[in-house]
Amino acid sequence: MSDTHANSVAFVRTEQVPPSPPPFQTSGPVKWAKDNLFSTPLYTLLTIVAAYFIYVILANTLPWILNGVWSTSSLAECREVLDGVSGGCFSVLTERWNQLLFGFTYPSEEYWRPTLAFILLFAAAAPVLFYKLPRKLLIITGLFPFVAYYLIWGGTIFTPILALVGFVAGYFVYQRFVAGSFAAGFFGGVAAALVVWNIGGMLIPENANENAMLLAVPSRDLGGFMLNMMLGVTCVSLSVPLGIALALGRQSDMPLIKWICVVFIEFIRGVPLITLLFVASVMLAYFFPPESTTDLFLRVVIMITMFSSAYIAEVIRGGLAALPRGQYEAADSLGLDYPQAMRLIILPQALKISIPGIVNIAVGLFKDTTLVSVISMFDILGMIRGPILASTEWNGVYWELLGFAALLFFVVCYGISQYSQWLERQLATDHR
Amino acid sequence: MTTLTDPPQASFRLSMLLSDTRYRSYTFQFIALMLLIAAIAFLGSNLMRNLAAAGLNISYQFLGSPAGYDINQTLVEYTSQSTNAKAALVGILNTLLVAFLACVTATVLGVIAGVLRLSNNWLVSKLMSFYVEIFRNIPVLIWIIIIFTIMIAVLPGPRAFRGDEPSASMVFDAIAFTNRGVYIPAPVWGPGSMVVVITFLLSVVGVFAYRRYATKLLYDTGRLLPMGWPSLAIFFVPALLAYLVMGMPIGLEYPELKGFNFSGGIKVGGPLIALWFALSIYTGAFIAENVRAGIQAISKGQSEAAGALGLRQGRIMNLVVLPQALRVIIPPLISQYLNITKNSSLAIAVGYADITATLGGITLNQTGRAIECVLLLMLFYLTISLSISAVMNVYNNSVKLKER
Repeated sequence: MSDTHANSVAFVRTEQVPPSPPPFQTSGPVKWAKDNLFSTPLYTLLTIVAAYFIYVILANTLPWILNGVWSTSSLAECREVLDGVSGGCFSVLTERWNQLLFGFTYPSEEYWRPTLAFILLFAAAAPVLFYKLPRKLLIITGLFPFVAYYLIWGGTIFTPILALVGFVAGYFVYQRFVAGSFAAGFFGGVAAALVVWNIGGMLIPENANENAMLLAVPSRDLGGFMLNMMLGVTCVSLSVPLGIALALGRQSDMPLIKWICVVFIEFIRGVPLITLLFVASVMLAYFFPPESTTDLFLRVVIMITMFSSAYIAEVIRGGLAALPRGQYEAADSLGLDYPQAMRLIILPQALKISIPGIVNIAVGLFKDTTLVSVISMFDILGMIRGPILASTEWNGVYWELLGFAALLFFVVCYGISQYSQWLERQLATDHR
Repeated sequence: MTTLTDPPQASFRLSMLLSDTRYRSYTFQFIALMLLIAAIAFLGSNLMRNLAAAGLNISYQFLGSPAGYDINQTLVEYTSQSTNAKAALVGILNTLLVAFLACVTATVLGVIAGVLRLSNNWLVSKLMSFYVEIFRNIPVLIWIIIIFTIMIAVLPGPRAFRGDEPSASMVFDAIAFTNRGVYIPAPVWGPGSMVVVITFLLSVVGVFAYRRYATKLLYDTGRLLPMGWPSLAIFFVPALLAYLVMGMPIGLEYPELKGFNFSGGIKVGGPLIALWFALSIYTGAFIAENVRAGIQAISKGQSEAAGALGLRQGRIMNLVVLPQALRVIIPPLISQYLNITKNSSLAIAVGYADITATLGGITLNQTGRAIECVLLLMLFYLTISLSISAVMNVYNNSVKLKER
């Protein structure tokens, strides 16, 4: 604009008008509510119904939780304290805390052992879960099963040490021979471990359990949430390698191997877990040598591991199938043999694709460990339905106990699924 | 995989069984076969020795002997004098009943929750994701027991319905929720009711025929017949007319309080309801996730393209998005149905007489025939699972994207 024009009119603004805020109706919470809650009559109705629903739930549960009684020794006493007011008798949780967590026959002066094992579990799981941690920490993970076994079952320290020595010997033999051929390394390792265990088994004295440093606890004394955790962790970690083997077997070119794997997987996936637990409790004993006595915990671990390995195998098969054919061909053209191609090219990619599926199976399996209460093992649900609700003090405290069990499972399972989503984002390398 | 790269060899040497990839697979399969036979022989001989030591044998004679226990919820006639095989049949029917009911309810719940979770309404979508997360992350056995506890500990006893000022009352004067089960009206089939039923079935066929005809007309001539209200009319009007013409032959028998309990009507036991509801809401959460994933899998371009062609919102959903989303939704949906059937075996925890509770529970404990009972039980579930997977494979092949 020229100066002459500016001089010829009465008033010219020289600075810009400051922007005024948008109208009240189209900004801030009002606009948000209008867009997200009341955009159409149908949505308005839905919002009102949902709000009423939330109100009803909160109005019934909040006073119950806030008025809760935490320090009485029986239901009658708790009702006396509450005096007709709505409130939860959470004192059942404080009073039976140890029973809920450890079962009712685990010796009470030894509770520190499973607790310590539980804390160590986090240290052992960390390097597996967070791959940015230094790889040296995996040694803790490798040692954890033996330490945890020793802590939970106690008895002579020679058993876990011998098992560990066997694995170490097997590992060294494997390392020595794997460069030549995978089969030689693998079978050599297995043979070395078996030799060590057999020789060592003869060396351990018969009565080693009697004057051991830690009191030996038989498996039937395990219980409570500890049992759920142990079954979940053991079976998931055992079934991942088994599942990989089954998935590879199902993809194999060898008809016999493929056929065995298909029959196994389809059979296991076709029957409910509870029938497999029946097998563990009433049938499996018939298939063991008559002179051996295998305890129920081990039998249940075997069946649950078989169960989850079949499901994990299907997930991994999906991962293998999702890999582009070019990856297999590239591995072949580099001159890698089958084990090398699988270990170095195929499995790392296929497992990455299958992680969400495997985590889903793991969460489902952890939830399914409650089923052992049906074959009269006293896991947390078995404890609640059995000893605690049947006791004279706490007969009738359903909601506090069931709510507590539900909360424990929710925290663990929700945590795992959140972790899986985080890991998926971390591993996403395809910049989409 | 590497067979192509091997140069042809003139003669066969024994060492080639290990070193030559053409023959190595035979070696491995032979080893696997030997191991398999050894394992079976080991387990079989253990079984024989254990059975001999316990003085048992494998025999299915017990299926023909009287069961000797009562079942409170049966679909076919059954007394405690019936055979074990009959008890197993009752169990099978009960399993199928609860699985069917739960499949229907879970689908309805799951579809509603899945669609609502995608809605623009913030409160509703948050509420639905809350529902999904809560129910997916807590074991179904806990849900079954929670609902069973509501059934037996919270609902009033039949006594509460009695007196001049009862503390509990029947819903619509027809349905009574008691801690002994839920009583609902039972239909009474009078003379001529067959006519009404047949008319109704025919009108169901008629609805399908009409819709087919309308679609054909649309494709052939481009004329669009209304679909909604004629279907409804064909569905209801003939049966209603037949009902009135025949003089209302179908009545309802309401449950009544007699003595200490209700009589008349149909009694739906607490265990059945607990199992049904728990399986429905638990599996419904999973189905909701499948539905959401299926709808999200359809790229936005599809609905935009349909919009550009001038289709209305409802038609876009019906003709473009849903047919493609169903291809993604249905396979996991069917495997959820399979899960419901398998999870219905948890009936044993609340005392519902399904096949696991009859054959695998009481019959097993009374006869001590553990191996036979568990094998039969597995056979039943395996049959169901394999037939459902067969159906699923047929479906998958029929909707597979036809590419090059």
